[in-house]
Amino acid sequence: MAHILEIRWHGRGGQGAKTAANLLAEAASSAGRFIQAFPEYGPERMGAPVASFNRISTEPIRIRSGVTEPEVVVVLDPTLMRSGDVTSGLKPDGTIVINTEKDPGTIREQMGISGFRIFAVDANRISVETLGRRIPNTPMLGAVIRATGILDYDAFMENMELELKKKFGGRPEIVQGNLEAIRRAYEEVQSE
Amino acid sequence: MSLAAKSNEIRMALTGNESVAYAMKQINPDVVAAYPITPQTEIVQIFSSYVADGDVDTVFERVESEHSAMSAVVGAAAAGARSMTATSANGLALMWEVVYIAASNRLPIVMPVVNRALSGPINIHCDHSDTMGARDSGWIQLYSENAQEAYDNTLQAVRIAEHPDVELPVMVCQDGFIISHALDNLYTLDDAAVQAFVGQNNPRYSLLDVDHPTTFGPLDLQDWYFEHKRQQAEGMKNALDVIPEIAKEYEGISGRDYGFFEEYRTDDAEAVMMVLGSTAGTAKDVVDAMRSEGKRVGLVKLRVFRPLPVAHLVRALRGKPALAIMDRAESFAASGGPLYKEIRSALYDCEQAPMVSNYIYGLGGRDIRPEDLRQVFEDNLRAAAAGHIEKPVTYLGVRE
Repeated sequence: MAHILEIRWHGRGGQGAKTAANLLAEAASSAGRFIQAFPEYGPERMGAPVASFNRISTEPIRIRSGVTEPEVVVVLDPTLMRSGDVTSGLKPDGTIVINTEKDPGTIREQMGISGFRIFAVDANRISVETLGRRIPNTPMLGAVIRATGILDYDAFMENMELELKKKFGGRPEIVQGNLEAIRRAYEEVQSE
Repeated sequence: MSLAAKSNEIRMALTGNESVAYAMKQINPDVVAAYPITPQTEIVQIFSSYVADGDVDTVFERVESEHSAMSAVVGAAAAGARSMTATSANGLALMWEVVYIAASNRLPIVMPVVNRALSGPINIHCDHSDTMGARDSGWIQLYSENAQEAYDNTLQAVRIAEHPDVELPVMVCQDGFIISHALDNLYTLDDAAVQAFVGQNNPRYSLLDVDHPTTFGPLDLQDWYFEHKRQQAEGMKNALDVIPEIAKEYEGISGRDYGFFEEYRTDDAEAVMMVLGSTAGTAKDVVDAMRSEGKRVGLVKLRVFRPLPVAHLVRALRGKPALAIMDRAESFAASGGPLYKEIRSALYDCEQAPMVSNYIYGLGGRDIRPEDLRQVFEDNLRAAAAGHIEKPVTYLGVRE
C-alpha cells in the first residue's frame, strides 16, 4: 500500500482551517494525487478550537477512519499551543507548522516541546500586509508546502491560482493577495 | 467497483454532497422539492444554486417541512414529472407517512439520503438508523462506499426507478460526514453522456395525460388493497432483474462495474465480513494487511439492501466458515441488528451455511478504527478454527 500523508489542522472557528485543508487537497488533486479533506464537526462557534484533516497519497485512498496519528500538525492560532492537544498522536518524527511571531527555538523552549520538527511563520503579519486582514490560512499553505515538500512549489502555485480564481474570479486583488501571501510564507517560514 | 474511467470522464475533487448535487444537475430533473433546515443536506442547497444560476430547468419548490417535500414530489411524480428530493436522519423520519405513499403509488422518485443518526439523544453524525427504519417502506435502497459510488448510484437510480417493470422510488444512501462532507476524488461523466443514459421519463400513467385519465391514491379497501400490495411486491422482485441490466449499461459508459454487492478477496476466506457504506473502504485496507500476514479474510460490501439479493448472497457465502455482519444501526430487537437478521435468515436453508455473528458499531458517528475491524476478523478466524461462535451479538467500540 502506498504511503498516505496525514495532516491535522488546528484553528479557531472562523480562521479557515477547513478551507485550508480543502485548498491543499484540491491543489494536490489537480497535481494528480489522491486526496481526502474533512473537518471535525461539533458545536461550531467563532473562536472555538476546531480541527480539519488531510490525507494525500499517490494511490487511491480507501480508509475512512478519523486521523489520529498525523505526520504533520498545522497550528493556525498560536494560543492553541497552550492547550497541549495539538501534539496529541503526532508521530515521533512528525512536523509542527505554527503561525507565530516567535522563532522555532523559542516556541520549543516556551512550550517544553521535545522531539518533532518545528517550523514557524508569522502568517498573521503576512496576511495583514498582503490581504489587509488577519486570515492566516492561505499563507500557512505556503509554509506547509515548504515544510513537507509534498508538492512541487511551482505546480502548487499554478493550481492555487486556478482554485482561487474559481472562488474569487471576480476579485483579482483577492486572488493576487492570496498568492502573494502564500509565496511570502513559503519564503519566510523558519525551521531550527 | 473498479477505479476505471473512460477517457472522456473528468477527474474531480468533490464531497459526497457535492458529487450527488452534481449528478442531479446533470440529470436535470423536472421538479425538486426541499425544506431548508438541519438535518437537511448540502445537496439541495448546492442544487438550489444550480437553479438560481440557470444551469438546470428544474422547478425548485421550497416547501414548509420534510413531510411537505415528500408530498410535493409525490404530486409532481404522479403528474409525470421526473422528481427528486434529498434528506437525512430526522428529516426522513418526518417524511415517514408520505415515504410509504410514494412507494405504494409506484412513483419513481429518486432521493439521496445522507445517513445520520436519529435523535435522541440529539446527534448529527453517521449511522444507518434512518434508512434502516425505512427498510419496509417499499423503496429500493442503494448504499455507497464513497463519493464516486454516490454519484454513480444516483445516475443509475433514475433508470432503475423509472423502469416499467419496477416503478418504485429509490433511496441513494451515503454515510453522513464521513462521505457527505469529505472531499474525495471521483470521475464524472460529461453532461451529454448522462443525458443519453437517463433519457426521457415516459411514465405509463400520469395525471397530466388527460386523454387517459387516471386516479392516484384513492380509497382502496378490502376489495383491492391486497392486490395492489401484491403488485408492489412484484415490482420490488423485478428490480432484482433490472438493477444488473442498468449496471451493465452504466459500465458501458463509465467503465465502472456494479453488482448487488462487491466481493473483495473472499475466494478462500475463512472469515468474511459484510458491511454497508464507507466502512467497506477501511475494511479493504484491513483485509490487505491481514492477507499479507497469511490470514484468510475477505469482505462483502452490500450495495443493494432493498431488494435483498438472497439467491446471489447465498451463492457467494455458501461454504465460508465464518461470517461477521456489521450493523451501523440498532433495531432494539434484543437479538441483533437489522442486516444480521436478514442475512442470517437468508442463509437458513443454505447447505454449508457459515456461522454468523453480528457486530453493532459506529452509532452516532463513533469512529470505526482499522484495529476494531481487525479484531472482528481475528474473532471470526478463531471461531472458524474452533467450529463455533462464542458471542452472537457484540457491541463494537463502546464503553460498557
